[in-house]
Amino acid sequence: MSGAIRTAAGRPRGRWARLRSAAVLPLAIVVLSVALGAAIILVSELLVPGHPFNPYLPIIAYEALIEGAIGSPNAIVSTLVNTTPLVFGGLAVGFGFKAGLFNIGVQGQFLMGALGAVIVGVWVSALPPIVAIPLAALAGIAAGAAWGFIPGFLKAVSGAHEVVSTIMLNYIAVAILAAAVSGPLKVPKSPSPVTYDVGNAAFPIIIPPIGHLGIPLAVLAALFVYWLLVRTTWGFQVRAVGASSDAARYAGMRPRLVIIATMSFSGALGGLAGACVLLGVTHTMTSSFGTTVGFDSIAVALLARSNPLVTLLSALLFGSMRAGAGLMQIRAEIPVELVDVLQAVILLFLVAAPVLRRLLGVKPTAGADAGPTTDLSSQPAVVI
Amino acid sequence: MDITPIADALYGIPLLGILFQAVGFLVAVIPPNSPNIMNAAAPLALAALCGVFCERSGIVNIGIEGTMLASAFTAWVVGVAINPVFGSPTPGPIFGATIPLLICVVAAVVVAMLISALHAYLSISLRADQIISGTIINIAAFGVTGYLDQLISKSSPAGAGSFAAYVPPTWLTELPIVGWVFAMFLSLGPIAMSTLVIIVGAQIWLFRSRWGLRTRAVGEHPRAAETVGIDVIRLRYQNVIIAGIFAGLAGAWLSIEATNSFQIGMTTGRGFIALAAMIMGRWTPLGALGASIVFALFIQISQLIKIVPPGGDLGAIMGSVPSQAWDAFPYLLTMVILAGVVGKSIPPAADGQPYEREAAA
Repeated sequence: MSGAIRTAAGRPRGRWARLRSAAVLPLAIVVLSVALGAAIILVSELLVPGHPFNPYLPIIAYEALIEGAIGSPNAIVSTLVNTTPLVFGGLAVGFGFKAGLFNIGVQGQFLMGALGAVIVGVWVSALPPIVAIPLAALAGIAAGAAWGFIPGFLKAVSGAHEVVSTIMLNYIAVAILAAAVSGPLKVPKSPSPVTYDVGNAAFPIIIPPIGHLGIPLAVLAALFVYWLLVRTTWGFQVRAVGASSDAARYAGMRPRLVIIATMSFSGALGGLAGACVLLGVTHTMTSSFGTTVGFDSIAVALLARSNPLVTLLSALLFGSMRAGAGLMQIRAEIPVELVDVLQAVILLFLVAAPVLRRLLGVKPTAGADAGPTTDLSSQPAVVI
Repeated sequence: MDITPIADALYGIPLLGILFQAVGFLVAVIPPNSPNIMNAAAPLALAALCGVFCERSGIVNIGIEGTMLASAFTAWVVGVAINPVFGSPTPGPIFGATIPLLICVVAAVVVAMLISALHAYLSISLRADQIISGTIINIAAFGVTGYLDQLISKSSPAGAGSFAAYVPPTWLTELPIVGWVFAMFLSLGPIAMSTLVIIVGAQIWLFRSRWGLRTRAVGEHPRAAETVGIDVIRLRYQNVIIAGIFAGLAGAWLSIEATNSFQIGMTTGRGFIALAAMIMGRWTPLGALGASIVFALFIQISQLIKIVPPGGDLGAIMGSVPSQAWDAFPYLLTMVILAGVVGKSIPPAADGQPYEREAAA
């Protein structure tokens, strides 16, 4: 991604102009989505029988959503905690996109990562934290990587499409988790299925009251993935395979190995997301342990167009929505599922970017303004 | 004839006996549960048929899961909405059908066709990535149905009820040896039973009609099809939207035939298992039905193992696996079959590739 990006006319453009043309579309999408969300709230008011119609409900809802996300120091910390797994998940999906792979399996990798972290975390819970924390986190990474390796291996060996196999692995992970928590991992004599606490393996709180070690870790992970993609040979191979598997093969690379390695690494990031939530937030695992991180991560990566650094921002957007949804539900009596709707609306506008661009009069520019589709198409978005 | 001694002898053989025990278990559980198997296969077959029509014309649709979920919700919520108008009419003589139920089915199908039209627009006209378009449909369907369900179910309203299964004459289902086969294909609700007709019709339509030939041509080599005067874009739109009908029926089956309620995420991966069934059935309607029956059989077995565990060594082995783990069985099988079969079954050549007309000039 080094070197000046040239427009169709061949004129090198400044960083600022590039940023502006790249920012118009995402901003328009967010504004439109907020407006459509308001319309959905108004329409859904009419659907509920016996509900008095309040035209200001969208404003009340959004106010509560924003207050719950950034209204107080505690809310901001809560937003950061909600953002952390989304950064890892978004990086996982985005990294897969770079190699032309669609990892919908972050949900499963998240669950397996959390399971790995809780198994090892409980096992080492009495060791000093300096030993216990890395061990538990690494176990989560390894479990996630294994869960990513399977679809990568199947794709490389037999051509089984990773979309279907990762989704199947999501369901399998749910079943394994339920079996493990109510079986071998269950605290004996506990009335409900729950594991032991991870004890010393829990992430230390660095920003009171709940901001844990995972927050700086997420930022480091984004920087690391960026470095990996842009500055290393392997990152180049990943992008080359994503741009054209055949061309990469003719250039002497081995696309199958790259696919397996990419899926494993993507799975490792997904596993780390799960480990962070378990070691940083819940500290134990119940049979209902599960999240929306899997699907959210896809939205995060698509909105960030797989750029690791932009992923931080787009994860922050969705993380703040998750953090504020609770207050919105209490104050405006709007189900937290509205966040899922907003997310889908954002994605829909994102895919419909060509139409929006025409309506807004924004000219597509090479690289900077390429839609999310370029991440998976055979054309590289950026000419190096 | 009493075969117990023979069975006992076979079961007693070391190692190989487990195989006989497995066969014995299947022989014992399949016939009495055969209607359930066919019933579980019907929505898979319909969803797989949706996939067949889309992919034969060159459009990958992984949004079938979301389409099913949305139409399941629609069928249920329309029932809730028209309940005050119609009240609870007495179930009709055929399948317990009532006018509200039929309205629900139509609504579900219309919604599924609209969603398919959206997918067609995104992937054909905008040439967006088809996998991403399908994923958005899945996320959107999950979010919107979950959101609306939370709003509406607060007052726990009554829906339009559900269809009843046909009860075949007992002299037919109690025939020795083959009776259960009749029970399997006749003890079904209207959507499941019509699935069989639809599948056979679709097979003929796709492989014996001018439309079918054109559809397949468009999926294999759109450029060549266009040069002989076929409107590729239009045919793809038509196929994807028609395919929506099948996903809509599959969704309606969930909420007004199998149950009379809606639960968030009630499709539980059926749309994706259907894609595997489509691949295993080599992109043919009849093949998809066969594969769906196999998947449905395994889904049923994963549940039956918990209810009526097999005896002997096999039961001991199976009992050592926590019961929740059996829920993973059908999904595991989907993956294994996908990995094993996919190399040998070849998708339409232009599957998933956006088509761009050549510039006129």
